[in-house]
Amino acid sequence: MAASFARRAVFPTYRCLNGLTRYRQNVCHARYLSLSKNLQASQWFSKDHEWVTIDGQKGTVGISMYAQEKLGEIVYVELPEIGTKLDTEDVAGCLESVKAASDIVNPVPGTVTEVNGKLSDQPALVNSEPMKGGWLYKMDLKAGLKTDDLMDSAAYEEYLKSCD
Amino acid sequence: MAHIRFGLKNLRDVLNTVGGRSVSKRFLAQDAELKRTALYDFHLAEGAKMVPFAGWEMPVKYKGGITEEHLHVRQQVGIFDVSHMLQTRVEGKDRKEFMEKMVVTDIQALQDNQGTLTVFTNDQGGILDDLIINNTDKDYLYVVSNAGCADADLAHMKATEASFKKSGGDVKLSVIENALLAVQGPQMVSVLQPGVDFDLKNLPFMTTTEGKVFGVDGCRITRCGYTGEDGVEISVPQSGAEKLLASLLGSSQASVKLIGLGARDSLRLEAGLCLYGNDIDATTSPVEANLTWLVSKTRRQKLDFPGAEIIVDQIKKKPSKRRVGFVSSGAPIRGHAKIFSEDGSELIGETTSGCPSPSLKVNVSMGYVKTPFAKNGTKVKIEVRKKMIEGEVSKMPFVPSKYFILK
Repeated sequence: MAASFARRAVFPTYRCLNGLTRYRQNVCHARYLSLSKNLQASQWFSKDHEWVTIDGQKGTVGISMYAQEKLGEIVYVELPEIGTKLDTEDVAGCLESVKAASDIVNPVPGTVTEVNGKLSDQPALVNSEPMKGGWLYKMDLKAGLKTDDLMDSAAYEEYLKSCD
Repeated sequence: MAHIRFGLKNLRDVLNTVGGRSVSKRFLAQDAELKRTALYDFHLAEGAKMVPFAGWEMPVKYKGGITEEHLHVRQQVGIFDVSHMLQTRVEGKDRKEFMEKMVVTDIQALQDNQGTLTVFTNDQGGILDDLIINNTDKDYLYVVSNAGCADADLAHMKATEASFKKSGGDVKLSVIENALLAVQGPQMVSVLQPGVDFDLKNLPFMTTTEGKVFGVDGCRITRCGYTGEDGVEISVPQSGAEKLLASLLGSSQASVKLIGLGARDSLRLEAGLCLYGNDIDATTSPVEANLTWLVSKTRRQKLDFPGAEIIVDQIKKKPSKRRVGFVSSGAPIRGHAKIFSEDGSELIGETTSGCPSPSLKVNVSMGYVKTPFAKNGTKVKIEVRKKMIEGEVSKMPFVPSKYFILK
């Protein structure tokens, strides 16, 4: 966890998604700094366009705004069973649109404790609220978790520039 | 149409997916030789997402989603740029005999301006491509075949042309460099009628005519399509393609939208139509593919097309496998899923394509099963990600076709 806090301290810009410039991110960061403790804990992105919010030993996983846009309307969501142990890059489930099926690639190691039951009836929640109500599953994170291979939101925004 | 293949490894792959194949960034950057249709700029202006497809840069979807585009074609009118398909003009007094050297259908029997779906076959009875041959009243056959097979089709036709000429046949092949617009949907007639000087009631399904469309000269209008809806395909000189498209999109008669290749695939699946390279290929015969109706009675008697003996033998004895449709719920079925008997004990076949049906809200797919399991209503299990999904053999089309057929 030390690593993650360190990185968060250096690039604490996760509240500032959606393409703001670096300058504006900094402004934005200053404005929200005092609030951030009470809001979500640290949020990280994988190269596969999943996100994970880490709050102590708990993690919540979803896909990014960019990913949902690219996938199009999700019509079916397959989630892992509770109790499943997942390593980094394990296939945790599947998101399906009319056009394609794509695997959910687990971003951090842990054990699945809860899945988003709403998605079986409302799979399109992944499209409308990918960062919130369209979360996929929660995990008890493996002790000693490192986030070295993950990106904070600023780094992810940079990464997206190489994705189009 | 050539492959749109799914079942991808992860999001990163999907995001780099182009026409179903996953390609690396490097490949995309290098691939500067993709062809563009006359409507390329128009697509970009309409917000198209362009992808490489069969050597062309084509729109996979526009601003809305694939589901929205799909339903628009079922309810209103959609226009597809299918200029990437191969359009060929076959002239010469022996042109029908020439085409019959390669295909299974009676071309001699076609009326003036009548067309037919058919297939090129190989000596083993496998399908080399599916195509439409129109017998125009202007002394030539107008042939449209798949973009994905364009090079092979042209080579095949040219090689056959050379040997046919050598044995004294009179034929001349040339590629028609026109754009091709498919105008599809229940409101097609009200959109197109104001732009033509003939009554569309006189142009039933699988017939063709020449004419001016919305002031654009030199068009060929053929009543056909790949969606199951009433529709036409308009072959238009490239110089007039944008004008024609703009006129159609500007119709006050119905809501007309551009539709990408993504919805084209789900529409043709609901219509039970084959995608060459997925549902039919050189290893499947017309009989196995449930396209026996293309093999004309006269041709069965003459046995004079490539693979004729094998194909006619399969018609008599029944083939060992057959293409059928499946309906299921739960996880969507795509191509390359294993199909088992209802109790799961016997592997009976494999799916070739499938998707969640936007119209029916169930999952539809097609594939080949051992003939004893090909009956409608047969319960099967289909394996998706190591889980067994219950499915049922269903008649196709899944969504009833609305072709304009004179009674």
